[in-house]
Amino acid sequence: MNLKEIIANLNLTVLTTPRDFSAITPQGGYASDLLSCVMTGAQPDDIWITLQAHMNVVAVASLREVSAVILTENAQPEADVIAKANEQGVVLLATPAASYQVIGKLWSMGIH
Amino acid sequence: MTNTIQEQQGRKGRTITDRDAHEITRVEELAYDLKISDVMNSNIKSLAPDQIMQDVFDLLRQNRISGAPVIENGQLAGIISQEDLMRALAESDLASPIRKYMTTQVKTIKTFEPVVKAIEVFTRTNLGRLPVLDENDKLAGMITKGDVTRGVLVAIRKDYQEEEIRRYRASHLFEDITSDRTSLILRYKIKPGDYVNGGQASSHIKRALVRLGATPQLARQCGIAVYEAEINLVIHSTNGGILRVQIEPHRILMQTTDDGPGIADIPQALQPGWSTASPLARSMGFGAGMGLVNIQRCVDKMELVSSAGKGTKLFMEIHLRPEEKFKAASDSNEAPGI
Repeated sequence: MNLKEIIANLNLTVLTTPRDFSAITPQGGYASDLLSCVMTGAQPDDIWITLQAHMNVVAVASLREVSAVILTENAQPEADVIAKANEQGVVLLATPAASYQVIGKLWSMGIH
Repeated sequence: MTNTIQEQQGRKGRTITDRDAHEITRVEELAYDLKISDVMNSNIKSLAPDQIMQDVFDLLRQNRISGAPVIENGQLAGIISQEDLMRALAESDLASPIRKYMTTQVKTIKTFEPVVKAIEVFTRTNLGRLPVLDENDKLAGMITKGDVTRGVLVAIRKDYQEEEIRRYRASHLFEDITSDRTSLILRYKIKPGDYVNGGQASSHIKRALVRLGATPQLARQCGIAVYEAEINLVIHSTNGGILRVQIEPHRILMQTTDDGPGIADIPQALQPGWSTASPLARSMGFGAGMGLVNIQRCVDKMELVSSAGKGTKLFMEIHLRPEEKFKAASDSNEAPGI
């Protein structure tokens, strides 16, 4: 399952500059809104699901090298957050769905 | 690169501040840095106004181009395009002079202008190509949307190569410099309460380690440790503090220093889940009480020295495994007494 299919299946909005998402294949996922937990728990190339949308999310995503961040419940990052994400190569995706729904769908798609 | 942008007067008639500079992508930067002369095509085919439309037909077809400048007495007299040619074809008028069909009100651009100027013209008008004039108003070349795209892509590729070179140079640092004990020290000032920039020093440190030739695993491990230490200064310190990283061929020492408020009960602070972070910090996802715990997991040695009312010092050390060691000029890891 690649990120392009995930974006289509979950109807996610791409907030950062689009790129070849079919080349990105997340191996797993991690969900938390506590940044220190993400620093410990997320693995490189995971998809991170959170409703935090501030600047430090980009720092954590980049340091942890996650494949993409899904911002849930319409969490809307500021323009400078999106710009920073583009600069650091972090993919930001958004959805009105709640984290629980997103995780359930990802799991049923085989992202375990 | 950021400096150059700051020095420029803004395109909307205002000075670009440091803050704006954050929002500018590399492609946008390049649009300002690259000059028209860097990306234009200077190998151009031109025509004279007294040549006939059949010559236009032949030139465009042979060279697979969509238009050409028309020159008279060394000056740009107009431009002739596919669309003009089609009008002549519709009238079966290929024997008429170019002068009859060429566009004389020609929008031009100067060699020394930034590429963004051409992008502006291309997006504002439906023009597909612009003649480029030099400082003496002589035709120097032509620029199309394709030239802009190609120019930017080439520049990005050059960026990438430069990063490779930087990485190559840095990775030989310890080999190239001979001393009994070489260390590289990085220092960062961390501001209190700056949740926006918090984490940036850690990103810089991680990038520095990668350039020095650290394994991805080692760079990540240090990245986590310094991130947590940096964020602790942002969340808790009264006046901010200093993050210092000392890189040696065989080990990495990381240290934060601040001058308050200090930690009253260190064993409690080390408890997973314990945090004194403010409600604001917690609302942003900080203050999980996992920072010091995370650091301990990532480093070989951690020492926390503090007392309430005074400052806090946090020492962290990672010993590099044999395969992680930076290549050094001398094989002796540590000369005793140095």
